[in-house]
Amino acid sequence: MKEAMKSRIHLYEQCGHYVLVDVNSGAVHLIDRMIYDIMDIFDGTNDERVKQELAGKYEEAELDEALGELKELIDEKLLFAPDIEVPPTFKQKGVVKSLCLMVAQDCNMRCKYCFGDGGSYGQERAVMSPEVGKAAVDFLLKNAGLRKHFEIDFFGGEPLMNMKTVKAVTNYVHQKEKELNVHFKLTMTTNGLLLNEENRTWLNDNNLSLVLSTDGRKDVHDRMRPDAGGQGTYDRVMKNFKAMVDSRNGENYYMRGTYTKHNLDFTKDVLDMNDKGFDILSVEPVVAKDAPDYALTDAELPRIYEEYDRLTEAYMKRRREGRGFFFFHFNMDLSNGPCIAKRLAGCGSGHEYYAVSENGDLYPCHQFVGRGKYKLGDVFNGVNHPEVSQYFRESHVLNKPKCRDCWARFFCSGGCHANADLFNGDIREPWDTGCSIQRKRLESAILVQALMHEEGLSNDNEQA
Amino acid sequence: MKHIKTVNKPSMQSTLMTGGCGECQASCQSACKTSCTVGNQPCASRK
Repeated sequence: MKEAMKSRIHLYEQCGHYVLVDVNSGAVHLIDRMIYDIMDIFDGTNDERVKQELAGKYEEAELDEALGELKELIDEKLLFAPDIEVPPTFKQKGVVKSLCLMVAQDCNMRCKYCFGDGGSYGQERAVMSPEVGKAAVDFLLKNAGLRKHFEIDFFGGEPLMNMKTVKAVTNYVHQKEKELNVHFKLTMTTNGLLLNEENRTWLNDNNLSLVLSTDGRKDVHDRMRPDAGGQGTYDRVMKNFKAMVDSRNGENYYMRGTYTKHNLDFTKDVLDMNDKGFDILSVEPVVAKDAPDYALTDAELPRIYEEYDRLTEAYMKRRREGRGFFFFHFNMDLSNGPCIAKRLAGCGSGHEYYAVSENGDLYPCHQFVGRGKYKLGDVFNGVNHPEVSQYFRESHVLNKPKCRDCWARFFCSGGCHANADLFNGDIREPWDTGCSIQRKRLESAILVQALMHEEGLSNDNEQA
Repeated sequence: MKHIKTVNKPSMQSTLMTGGCGECQASCQSACKTSCTVGNQPCASRK
């Protein structure tokens, strides 16, 4: 097949199913083995070559029929759809829409894989003042253009260690919503240790979405997520998470975990969370460099691929049994996904999304906090390195050599800049191992959605 | 079709001229948040 055509499709086999993805249209086709074999050769024009190469394997009449079906897809622009270049809808400059507030650069846990050095991000432990928090909201609104929907994530460290600022910022946001007719979605990512009744009530009353961090099974969690004194935290946080989720009718949260080399059987962790009564779940690969005991490398990839197959089957099994759960990365709207402009903008770090450190400094995202060369300004004076911001804006998949021909380019949008910088010192050179995992996870998600569609299963949680 | 089942009605190409309103949710791609790969986001204006 011609190289140009090869980069327009992706062909894979998983869990006994054959899938053909048309990259530039986003079309997903479940295919049989014969089409799978044909597509290894077919470039839209070379029918005769296909027939020659597969003559011993399939009848000519069958091949003609299959090629006819493929031609229909081409006519409908669902196969080999034309390449996509930067459209005019992708504005030259980004407009700020989301902030991550590091309200506490301090933490009551010492998770072994923490990219924030135990919450401090390599700096002195400190918390954000209400004044800095409110100035961050002003910075967002001042740079938001005509947008009406914004997001602020209270992050850390552990944000519950600084409820004074969380509350002050939330009240300020509510005030601004009324004044300006805008809408903020507020989220908090917490380790759960301080989720007491008072905090639970406040979080519910103020409609904060929650990301609840746990790694799944008790031994897996306790190994990587000890408290500041080195003690396991599983029993304490799970008790608090249960009370929290029950108090909001099982809604408006995500339970998320990190898998490492220690738990490559992470399907068990996902199912354990579900068995404990939680059904909005996410488990993701650890990002770590120079941590030989738990970091993920290419050597782990075959095992990780196998595990995503296992997770795919476990996910479908529970869906078919009417006791399905959400797994964040398997949720995908194949028909009404984001527009191309969004797929190019990606996470928006450094141009639509900024992290604000406890003292008000601006960074492209929370993971860049403490990496001095990425300090872009502060919330009081705005961005003073617009050229860096613009570099982030233009670091989309069509400008990344490794991404341009990758089939996953419009699904992953080029991966995480912070990870690329960590591993390769260049935000335009993605972390290869992460890309490999990402592609497998996307294949799994696409297959899950294709099967759900075929079997008439709903994406809603039966229990939710 | 006998050999192919198309499972979606994709809208990506049609958004080349119509998208970009930017009202959708941010989509972190790291492993430290509930990191949405962009592809699994719904469009806020077509929901």
